[in-house]
Amino acid sequence: MNWLLDPSVSTFGPDIDRLYYIILFITGVVFVLTEGLLVYFLVRYRRRPGQRAEYIHGSTRAEVIWTAVPFLILVALGLMSKPVWDRVKEPSVFPQDAYELRLVARQFEWEAHYPGANGDPDAPDAFSVLNRFHVPANEPVVIHLEAEDVIHSFFVPRFRLKQDAIPGRSIPIWFEITEPGEYDLGCAELCGLGHYSMDGMVIVQSRSEFDAWNAERRTAAREAAGAVVAGRSGSDAGEGEAVSIEGGS
Amino acid sequence: MSTAAAGARTDWDIPEYAGEHHQELSFLRRYVFSTDHKVIAVQFLVMSLVFLALGGFLALMMRWQLGFPGQPMPGGSVLPESMAPGGIILPEFYNSLVTMHGTFMIFFAIMPLLVGVFGNLLIPLQIGAPDMAFPKLNMASFWLAVPAGFIMLTSFWVEGGAAGAGWTSYAPLSASGDYTGVYLGQQLWLLSLFILGFSSIAGAVNYITTVVNMRAPGLTWFRLPLTVWALFITAILVLLAMPILAGALIMLLSDQTLGTTFFLPELGGEPLLWQHLFWFFGHPEVYILILPAFGIVSEVLANGARKPVFGYHAMVLAIAAIAFLGWIVWGHHMFMSGMNPVLGTTFMVTTLVIAVPSAIKVFNWLGTLWKGNIHFHVPFLHAAAFVSLFIIGGLSGIFMAAAPVDIHIHDTYFIVAHLHYVLFGGSLFAIFAGITFWFPKMFGRMMNTLWNRVHFVGTFLCYNLVFFPMHGLGIEGMMRRLYDPTQYGWLAELQPWNVFITYAVFGLVTFQVVFFVNFFLSIWTGRKAEANPWRANSLEWSVPSPPPHGNFMAMPTVYRGPYEYSTPDGEEDFILQSASPRESERPPSDGTRSRAALNEEEST
Amino acid sequence: MSHAAAVHETRRFMPGFGIYNAKLGIWVFLLSEVMFFTSLIGAYIILRFAHPEQFAAPGAVLNVPLTAINTFVLICSSVTMVKAYAAIAQDDQAGLKRWLLATIVLGSTFVGVQVYEYIHLVGDGFVANASAYAAEGGPLYGSTFYLMTGFHGLHVSLGVLALAWILLRAMRGEFSSKRLGGVEAVGLYWHFVDLVWIVLFTIVYLI
Ligand code: HEA
Ligand code: HEA
Ligand code: CUA
Ligand SMILES: [Cu+2]
Repeated sequence: MNWLLDPSVSTFGPDIDRLYYIILFITGVVFVLTEGLLVYFLVRYRRRPGQRAEYIHGSTRAEVIWTAVPFLILVALGLMSKPVWDRVKEPSVFPQDAYELRLVARQFEWEAHYPGANGDPDAPDAFSVLNRFHVPANEPVVIHLEAEDVIHSFFVPRFRLKQDAIPGRSIPIWFEITEPGEYDLGCAELCGLGHYSMDGMVIVQSRSEFDAWNAERRTAAREAAGAVVAGRSGSDAGEGEAVSIEGGS
Repeated sequence: MSTAAAGARTDWDIPEYAGEHHQELSFLRRYVFSTDHKVIAVQFLVMSLVFLALGGFLALMMRWQLGFPGQPMPGGSVLPESMAPGGIILPEFYNSLVTMHGTFMIFFAIMPLLVGVFGNLLIPLQIGAPDMAFPKLNMASFWLAVPAGFIMLTSFWVEGGAAGAGWTSYAPLSASGDYTGVYLGQQLWLLSLFILGFSSIAGAVNYITTVVNMRAPGLTWFRLPLTVWALFITAILVLLAMPILAGALIMLLSDQTLGTTFFLPELGGEPLLWQHLFWFFGHPEVYILILPAFGIVSEVLANGARKPVFGYHAMVLAIAAIAFLGWIVWGHHMFMSGMNPVLGTTFMVTTLVIAVPSAIKVFNWLGTLWKGNIHFHVPFLHAAAFVSLFIIGGLSGIFMAAAPVDIHIHDTYFIVAHLHYVLFGGSLFAIFAGITFWFPKMFGRMMNTLWNRVHFVGTFLCYNLVFFPMHGLGIEGMMRRLYDPTQYGWLAELQPWNVFITYAVFGLVTFQVVFFVNFFLSIWTGRKAEANPWRANSLEWSVPSPPPHGNFMAMPTVYRGPYEYSTPDGEEDFILQSASPRESERPPSDGTRSRAALNEEEST
Repeated sequence: MSHAAAVHETRRFMPGFGIYNAKLGIWVFLLSEVMFFTSLIGAYIILRFAHPEQFAAPGAVLNVPLTAINTFVLICSSVTMVKAYAAIAQDDQAGLKRWLLATIVLGSTFVGVQVYEYIHLVGDGFVANASAYAAEGGPLYGSTFYLMTGFHGLHVSLGVLALAWILLRAMRGEFSSKRLGGVEAVGLYWHFVDLVWIVLFTIVYLI
């Protein structure tokens, strides 16, 4: 464990990491400089017999310098941060043709809702899965984040992405993952007794694999929907699916 | 002015100097329901040290669970089933531990220590006043804080346990017990803080009035010790911030009890409204927890270095700037809350800018040591440690201030590391400096230096072993307020670090026990202290230790600033603010102006 | 407070703005009161902008004319308070008592009318409890209304008590043109409470 981040797998990840290392460098320099001076002064000016402290009230010039320099550095930091921030969080500049799904957080699980083949979320072949959900790699994905009870927070460290899910709201987030694989999902906002066990998994697959999985789930959903008496909602079916999924993948 | 003064004299009994009264007080009036600011300061000190111990004790239990999840805690079996059956801490109890740890430490340990103790002790003494402007109100302030703390404590044993939504009590988790099973506990939490708010505001009104109205002749604004400046500006923050919290608490309490829906979304409430209100109070609050520490450290560093504070005016301005900017940065706690990204940018900029005045202070502290003649007494050791640790805590704040980086570290142990570096490494080390520095003035005895040194070294080492690794845990993505990290696959492999930290905490707490014991023993067995053991300048050192009721025999007159150390003239390397002017300070017959005159000008 | 001047000050030395402690204290305290009502009113404004549908048109639910009269009553009470202070400033003991009494009566009337209004509103299903809310608009309307007017009413009631205590002291002849700090302090508080009401009346009833 150290000050280095483990590699990010999202397209904006590197931007965030770069910013992190820049700040690490700046603060590192400041740290060495200030702590170094502190220790040096403590040793150099320790009390000695016959020595008298110099009667100095200050130096306007020095003070102006060490006010201006940090100010400039920090403003520069702000300027560097803004574009990155907007790229990750500003909905108006989200990629257009993204694959969209709904992710609902509740005490203490994540439920991903996938639309039917026709893109209709209420279609009979629409389905939902619990905690382990799949997304396509190498293309933008937009997740509409919702919460049913209290505030939760969607956190996938390797994506460099975190966003609170607020009950009564749907908050869009986006990412594009460059490396297929399984990535840990955690809940970062205290949400009650089970906060510590609200883990999940994002399975990033190549488009083809994802489509295959998607089709499989749709047919399963359609059968389930058909099998049961009319009037049963799709999401229930989804939950039925979800259970089978836990064993499945 | 004279008429106004007359009004004051005749209309309200304002406190009298020691030389002006001779009434004997009963034991109860003198030690329990005392209106003497020095006694009230000591009362606050004892109260908040007990709560500090309690907070540490809760931390100890938390650390046990984090280090050895699911294992029975030694001696934990004494805890009731509802908390830790067989000594194994339950998730709901862990949440209460985190919440209560944060709450006790911030509201009942650090805040009363800085504002309650040093505000009461130092303001009247350092401005040459016989007491506070409203001694009775001052007493009320303390006797409101006690029941508040008591209510907070008892909430552990009520049905459903103590509040468990974090010290920030985010709604809706905190707004309805249905989500947590905690009903009464959360309500007591709200009630307790509401009462504490009254206590704090009463104190603030007192401090502000006292500083403005009761400074001794010659004690111009820019001759005030930086402690008084810091406490004065802090009082303004308390005065304006606490009512905001009060309003938020009331709304949350009515959501809990009266069925309103301010923060409950089902019927149109706004969960984020709580966060905005809480942090609009909360960020000024964190500066309330550091500004007095700044003052104490400046005082002690100058005394140890035997040198004037470097850039006194800049130091005052920096405090004021921080206090002002502190009102427009609260959004940096809400970067991930789904608040409008444009707002996020604004808060990011203001937050970065607020680092500048802090920079000024850090560099001026270093400037104060430069070319000094440093005397490493215990208070100085703590003050120097404060500077080194506050730098770390401040710098980690920069990571979070950059919103994009905060995306990754928000609500992780990186935050936990930051807040302990500024609150423990910062505030608490300054408090140790302050307690060891003014102990003789409070109790008339010196603390045992040897044990103080042991406490300092042990605390400094263990402290860093405990909290520095937390930065790494945060970078790795370990979330806060986790009952059992091992439940998350990618956190399980970090467990060795949690074990290490927990062992370090055992050390840390042990050294705190050393301090506690040394503190209470020294009150009775310590070496008798003379009036001015540190050879300092400010007015409190011109009177006996401890000072008599009324502080000064008669109103003192001030002739110079508080940091006139090692002046070129004079044998001693210090001179009391009230010492009559030296030859060199009298305006010389030839037109050239004396230093006293020069100080006078720079201060007006 | 120049150096030389300060040195020659007497026991009465008062470096501040020359405002005696009690008065300065009240002013400072009122600052924190301002922040308190800011938090309540701020919450109201935010919620109202976020959920306009939950707030009925002015007068649809609330009894504006009645409250307008009540507002006038409270403003009058400020005037009588000024009179009381003016009276004692000229050592007119009878005047002080008379005007204090008038202020107390007016203040109590205000609280009384507000209670009366509350009773009617609750009857119409305009309540703070969301699940029981039955009036026009939504529950946030009720919650915010009772929050703001309730805490203002509490302040008026405490003010009336304070005035009663001052009247008592006036009966004992404790005040004079040299000793009127108590009257002035409570007066300041009273004017503040009126001011708050004028703001509340505007944003809650009129806008
Ligand atoms: C004493 C209390 C205290 C103090 C002084 C500070 C000081 C600062 N804090 Fe901190 N903060 C807390 C207490 C405090 N904080 C607490 C308790 C929390 C957690 C709340 C919770 O539970 O959620 C928190 C959380 C917190 C967050 C939210 C993190 C999150 O939840 O995601 C942020 C984000 O911006 C932040 C930023 C800062 C900054 C920029 C400063 C700055 O003021 C620091 C300025 C100081 C320096 C920068 C160092 C000295 C300067 C120099 C040596 C000059 C050179 C420097 C440069 C050129 C970079 N703090
Ligand atoms: C100034 C405030 C302050 C102080 C001093 C401390 C001190 C400590 N804190 Fe804490 N802490 C907070 C403020 C503080 N903390 C806050 C605000 C939070 C956030 C809460 C939240 O998330 O809501 C937090 C959260 C927090 C966490 C994160 C919990 C989580 O997110 O799950 C952890 C975990 O290790 C922790 C640990 C500790 C430890 C080990 C100490 C040690 O330094 C304690 C050492 C002990 C003492 C300093 C006191 C002396 C103790 C004794 C003498 C013991 C003996 C007892 C008797 C003799 C009766 N603290
Ligand atoms: Cu969901 Cu934490
Ligand atoms: Cu903050």
